[in-house]
Amino acid sequence: MKVVYFAWVRERIGKSEETVEPPAAVRTVGDLIGWLSTRGDEYAYAFETPKVIRAAIDHTHVRPDTVIAGAREIAFFPPMTGG
Amino acid sequence: MTSNVTIRIQDADFDVAREIAALTASRTDIGAVVTFSGICRGQENLSGSGDATTALTLEHYPGMAEAEIARHAEEAMTRWPLTGLTIVHRVGRILPGENIMVVLTASAHRQAAFQAAEFLMDYLKAHAPFWKREETAGGSNWIAAKTDDDDAAARWDKN
Repeated sequence: MKVVYFAWVRERIGKSEETVEPPAAVRTVGDLIGWLSTRGDEYAYAFETPKVIRAAIDHTHVRPDTVIAGAREIAFFPPMTGG
Repeated sequence: MTSNVTIRIQDADFDVAREIAALTASRTDIGAVVTFSGICRGQENLSGSGDATTALTLEHYPGMAEAEIARHAEEAMTRWPLTGLTIVHRVGRILPGENIMVVLTASAHRQAAFQAAEFLMDYLKAHAPFWKREETAGGSNWIAAKTDDDDAAARWDKN
């Protein structure tokens, strides 16, 4: 699945998007954050405070307990500051 | 009742008066237009370092930003008797004094226009995927979200 990152999540990880293939045990958005955090120091830094991380699946906001099966694009980003 | 909805995300600055004129052109059913105009402020900075803001850079999530604005615009149209709605949000580098965004709500009477504009601003602040990075003489920082913005959006939730 495609994962995209924005704002300081993108800067900390050092890339704006990538394709990942998490193991089957990674079922939810929260699981995916946990799994990504193990991929390197840059990921651990980006996701060091999971509760501030916001997520979207296919352009719709989702919660950490949302199941990721069937997702085409999952986004991770900080709380929004537009307007 | 006809309604004219315009949603744009763009790099270029815009003219609020022209946006109002475009919304109301050839219409005789609009009795009220409420404008919320968000402008880049230079005197005080938002990240707390004490330096003045020299520029903001707005990042967005293309596709989702348009979808979130459209979703909230549709909700506003169903909750209030609006006859027109314009939302323009800039992205990229914005200097103090320049426009960041505008929300225009048109209705036959003022109450719906005021309420819908406030609803849209509260929701867009909390849910539309845009992020501000602030430049000052001392460097640049991402602006932290205010928990007040989540509270402001939540007050419109229907129980």
